[in-house]
Amino acid sequence: MYDVAIIGAGISGTCIARELSKYNVKAVLIEKDTDVANGTTKANSAIVHAGYDAKPGTLKAKFNVLGNAMFDQLCEELQVPFKRIGSFVVAFNEEEMKTLQELYEKGLKNGVPDMEIISGEQVLAMEPNLSPSIVGALHAKTGGIVGPWELAIAAAENAVDNGVEIKLESQVTNIEKIEGGYRIFMGAEQLDTKYVINCAGLYADEIHNMVAPPAFKILPRRGQYNIFDKSVGNFVNKVVFPCPNEFGKGVLVAPTVHGNLLVGPDAEDLEDRTALNTTAHGLGFIRDHSVRTAEKIPFNAIITAFAGLRARPDTGDFIIEEVQEAKGFIDVAGIESPGLTAAPAIAVYVVELLQQMAGFEKKDNFNPHRREVVHFMDLTNEEKAAMIQKDPRYGRIICRCENITEGEIVDVIKRSAGARTVDGVKRRARPGSGRCQGGFCGPRVMEILAREMNIEIVDVVKDSRASYILTEPTKQTAITEETMESVAASKEQ
Amino acid sequence: MLKYDIVVIGGGPAGLAAAIEAKKNGVDNILILERDRELGGILQQCIHNGFGLHIFKEELTGPEYAQRFIEELYDLGIDYKLDTMVLDIQADRSISAINTTDGFMQIQAEAIILSMGCRERTRGAINIPGTRPAGVYSAGTAQRFVNMEGYMVGKKVVILGSGDIGLIMARRLTLEGAEVKAVAELMPYSGGLTRNIVQCLEDFNIPLYLSHTLTDIRGKDRVEGVTIAKVDENRRPIPGTEMHYECDTLLLSVGLIPENELSKNAGIQLDGITGGPIVNEAMETSVEGIFACGNVVHVHDLVDWVTEESRKAGKNAARYVKKELSKEGHMMKTQPGKGIRYIVPHTLRLNNLEDSVDLMMRVDDIYHDVKMIVSIDGEQVKTMKKRHLAPGEMESVKVSLKELLDRKGTVISIAIEKEGA
Repeated sequence: MYDVAIIGAGISGTCIARELSKYNVKAVLIEKDTDVANGTTKANSAIVHAGYDAKPGTLKAKFNVLGNAMFDQLCEELQVPFKRIGSFVVAFNEEEMKTLQELYEKGLKNGVPDMEIISGEQVLAMEPNLSPSIVGALHAKTGGIVGPWELAIAAAENAVDNGVEIKLESQVTNIEKIEGGYRIFMGAEQLDTKYVINCAGLYADEIHNMVAPPAFKILPRRGQYNIFDKSVGNFVNKVVFPCPNEFGKGVLVAPTVHGNLLVGPDAEDLEDRTALNTTAHGLGFIRDHSVRTAEKIPFNAIITAFAGLRARPDTGDFIIEEVQEAKGFIDVAGIESPGLTAAPAIAVYVVELLQQMAGFEKKDNFNPHRREVVHFMDLTNEEKAAMIQKDPRYGRIICRCENITEGEIVDVIKRSAGARTVDGVKRRARPGSGRCQGGFCGPRVMEILAREMNIEIVDVVKDSRASYILTEPTKQTAITEETMESVAASKEQ
Repeated sequence: MLKYDIVVIGGGPAGLAAAIEAKKNGVDNILILERDRELGGILQQCIHNGFGLHIFKEELTGPEYAQRFIEELYDLGIDYKLDTMVLDIQADRSISAINTTDGFMQIQAEAIILSMGCRERTRGAINIPGTRPAGVYSAGTAQRFVNMEGYMVGKKVVILGSGDIGLIMARRLTLEGAEVKAVAELMPYSGGLTRNIVQCLEDFNIPLYLSHTLTDIRGKDRVEGVTIAKVDENRRPIPGTEMHYECDTLLLSVGLIPENELSKNAGIQLDGITGGPIVNEAMETSVEGIFACGNVVHVHDLVDWVTEESRKAGKNAARYVKKELSKEGHMMKTQPGKGIRYIVPHTLRLNNLEDSVDLMMRVDDIYHDVKMIVSIDGEQVKTMKKRHLAPGEMESVKVSLKELLDRKGTVISIAIEKEGA
């Protein structure tokens, strides 16, 4: 029997798994997809929010501010890209200046440090590409940007290295209350556990409803984004928001930790929890709205678009509590924005809740660090030379756009909670994230995946099991192989 | 630090021809750096025929065309390194590169020839909405899978864009047993060669929808269908004209982009229209001693013209190394006029011309029965009648040195005019 089963390997589940791995517990992280960080975690604004948005007194406000303060140490320990570049909320008129003042005061109540309201001139001096009609901004110096899936992947890897088990492609189909805990069914498979943590994101209500009467609903809210080429990554230096509205924080313009430019999202309430398609309307919306903030956004440098679904709860706040009707079952639900920022603090809180119930013992050999991650292009020339000498696979570039080596790709496949799909490799090592979007490196990455996982290249998938890339050998290959076999056979005779 | 007289970046058709020509013009110490596992570049995956009609007066496949140059390269004993990636080029013509056997290399070259070719425009670059399933390929990637790796990419195919690679792949996939349902082209004309429209689409009854675009991609795991709609004169989809296709594969042949990230880092000036370096009559870029040729300069329609241009670059790089290239004397600029998108080369130093110069260009629309007018400083110097001009086909105009010297002008421009206008 497991002590703890965590359902869902998004940012919440992986951060909780890692926090839990500091204790002597038998824990398992259950994920329906082929990879961790595969839902909302991989498709959001990638922002570490300062914490002035949330209503004072809410869990959102509390965990946003607590979480924000944890990022420096966490990202250093886990070697995750994070930059505290600061954020602007910009105002275009006196009324919006009042909104800034309200945000500032909310920030003070929430305990946000290092905020200031600055003039339009100061804004333009710091961000010359923004609209000259901006009259002022709330500058929150603790705002930042992070690699969201990198953080979840790193947390999962570190959790596994510290003893947590991980089960991928395991969709929870039912949960039964048993003596001293729960039995979790995943299709034909099942496992027993004393405690359950429900981090199922868009499906958290469904998982909750397996053990208790409905208490909340998850209402998917889609957001669409564009990513721009690195050549325009320095278009802005900070995260730039317009004034918030009823649908959220508005269309932001921000650099990414990898040096691209990110523009989005819109906000669209949907029924379908799998509607990850972008639309002409949505992409048009983010374009129309972002140009108000910065007229000269170089839309000819777009390299891709994506959509994410926020797991919005109908309660208005994060739901982080033991379910009354199901002892030992903890909901971590409705983790919409600022969920990414809050996740590390939520993890600490959830593990404290568990501690009160179970009294787990702290480990003395917890290792907070991941094995060293090599970014070949960030090395000095001397280091590059030494790296290739040590492992020649670092001397072979697979991704031409971002100069990513075979060594780096093999490494992310070999790590704990490592990549098993083309998208998994892309999220960890970035081949296919550049301007050619995998045109050149796709075939090579598939070849490496097939070799390292010892599978046929036709069995390499993009993401899900059903997302096959190649169908079958061509007629000519088939004929050649047949001919070769018959030649070989005739020689034997 | 390795030292070479000439380092050629890229061992495709451009790099091969340039290196060979440089060697033939008396420079011995030449190195080609190629990032792929073999020489020949993209020709190795172009297994269809039609290459070499101008250069060899016969029809060769891509690999055959490449092999002629590779053999010659072997015979001439020119050095090359495969599986080698250039990480950086500096304006002082120092290069850093890596591979698995030599490790990290720093190379100093007297002259550099850029011949990195181009890459394909992606789905993201044209911002097609929809899901992001498996089964969306750029045409060249699909070509590599099918022709080099030996695997099929799908069974029911729709192609967006009528660039040559897309057309060739329509035929190739059909021959491999796939059903190619339609080719949609945003523009009112194809970007490909007429011969490819005929031989790859018409001969196989594959419909080509001009002035159409893709408005949606469906499918969560693998492509399940796409929507094509007619566009108005502003290239915006017209509501109500949508056609839905069930397919498992979408191929994109929506343009090629010269790959100039290394050039930019070296401070080389690029032409906003071609996406390639601004070059002079010697195919020398804005950085002295760095030459460029082939698709890295401008996307060509036929490899034969790549070969010609690259020979010119190779020869001039050799002249540069031997200090025979003049920086002095009378200089002219080329200027695209009405109907012409760009002209390569961009500048001409008359001292370096032998007897004539070929100006290469693309037109901006389909034209019938027009005149191409060459003017120097606004004065017509010659006109040529053209029955048919298309953006998919490169045009060249030969101007003799005598014509240029007679005028001693500063700007030579080419424009299209309707006959009788």
